[in-house]
Amino acid sequence: MRLYSIFVYLFLYIPIGVIAIFSFNAGRHASQLQGFSTQWYGKALNNPFVMDALQTSLTVAFFSALFASLFGTMAAVALQGIKGPLRTVFDGLIYIAVMIPGIVIGIATLIGLVTLFDLINPAIAAVWPEGVTAPKLSMGMGSLIAAHTMFTMALVVIIVRARLAGMDRSLTEASSDLYATPMATFRQVTLPLILPGVLAGFLLSFTFSFDDFIIAFFVAGSETTLPIYVFSSIRRGVTPEINAIGTLVLAASLIMLVTAQILLRRGEKRKT
Amino acid sequence: MTQRTRNLLLLAPAGTWFLVMLIVPLTVVLVFSFGERGASGGYVPAFTLEQYANLPARWAAFKNTLILAPVGTLAALVIAYPLAYYLAVLASPKWKTMLLVLVIVPFWTSILIRSYAWIFLLGGRGIPALLAMIGIEDVRLINTPFAVLVGIVYGYLPLMVFPIFVSLDRLDKRLLEASSDLGATRIRTFLQVTLPLSLPGIATGSLLVFILLMGEYLIPALLGGGKVFFVGNALVDLFLQSRNWAFGSAVAATLVIIMLISVTLYMRLISKLGAQREDVSLM
Repeated sequence: MRLYSIFVYLFLYIPIGVIAIFSFNAGRHASQLQGFSTQWYGKALNNPFVMDALQTSLTVAFFSALFASLFGTMAAVALQGIKGPLRTVFDGLIYIAVMIPGIVIGIATLIGLVTLFDLINPAIAAVWPEGVTAPKLSMGMGSLIAAHTMFTMALVVIIVRARLAGMDRSLTEASSDLYATPMATFRQVTLPLILPGVLAGFLLSFTFSFDDFIIAFFVAGSETTLPIYVFSSIRRGVTPEINAIGTLVLAASLIMLVTAQILLRRGEKRKT
Repeated sequence: MTQRTRNLLLLAPAGTWFLVMLIVPLTVVLVFSFGERGASGGYVPAFTLEQYANLPARWAAFKNTLILAPVGTLAALVIAYPLAYYLAVLASPKWKTMLLVLVIVPFWTSILIRSYAWIFLLGGRGIPALLAMIGIEDVRLINTPFAVLVGIVYGYLPLMVFPIFVSLDRLDKRLLEASSDLGATRIRTFLQVTLPLSLPGIATGSLLVFILLMGEYLIPALLGGGKVFFVGNALVDLFLQSRNWAFGSAVAATLVIIMLISVTLYMRLISKLGAQREDVSLM
């Protein structure tokens, strides 16, 4: 059993390790190790296409994680105090958002938004003053952020609701018995307790958005995110530069994950 | 401001977002699936079942998905179960959490990069080159169903291990002792006590992996090399290359319907199995 488990761990980590090792390869050939070098990292970081894609990915990930954790937390807190049809509707929405395959979300967002823009753009042009070019809505950074926010918001609601459910109800009751306003109770009791969950939700949302390929593939318009760049480079062949980018991306998500874990852990301790 | 108004205000942004970015787009897909293709691609309003009648044109993609998604789920289950068992029952409590985290972490890193790693390993200069060194020549791994299966297991193993671990970890270890005290062999204890009690974990894990596999695109695109393709690959082709939105919408709608039906059937089966077990234990 133990031996078997060791094999599975090797299976999980060898591929990642191989990429990391080959990213430090001095040689041009992807398959032969020819000494240590960091030249591919230099190449990757000096490639304007890579840096452009990285900037797009970071911007999209930051704003979608921000909106998702803000609106997701608001929804989770409200759902705590609601019963009846509205709650059922929201449970259904979250279920749909998580259940529907990412590729279908991508497609639906693409044709949904393009159809919507086709309706809105003429209307904007009609009310815009003569002689000035009217702004035109199109797929790009905005649609990327909106689509990622939709999915990650569902994740945040799930995470924060789990924390709220684990929270001791008597704390908020005690607070209101002591004449705290609902706002004060929220700020001084509820928020500190759910904050680790909210931050973990932010980090997981960021990681999801940063790594997402399939939704972005459909809704990015003329923008290129890092996963889209990596995907199109892989199609052209395996290069040491991709190994370097891959290693950096893996390292970045690892750091995010460890931080999210520590936050959740610390929150757990404070709760007891 | 009453509590109810406040709750409504708090729900408003999320609700609007879900409406505009989830419900409206999914409705558009459904509407488009009854429409017609424009001369230069895109969509022309109509009400016809033509797109659905045309589905057999993409039969190969559906067939591959409906074979490889269950097979991949099963393969992941078979590989994940012993590991989950080891972590939950046999591993020392000191290392347990650490070892579990090590299994989960890869799932939250880029699946694109992780699948890419296998192009590297299974490609001509990877494992086949190593095999050639020990005399086994001309092994082709990349762009085969096997490669896709390896990618699937590699990608989704963590998602399978976690729920099974949780159900085995919750299992009362005294039950196992009682079973062996009553003279049951280890195999019998496993088959009659451990396995039935971990059924909820197996069900959850398989469901999660199966759902994700039904919509898979990346793994077959990277490791199947156009020879092993899923419905996901057909959808990318229909929407981004041939711009046939009406037909693409019908394919997407069909995929979701097949998924819902199989998930419902599967849940029924699981709850039936669970019910049977209770009957036995009552006797």
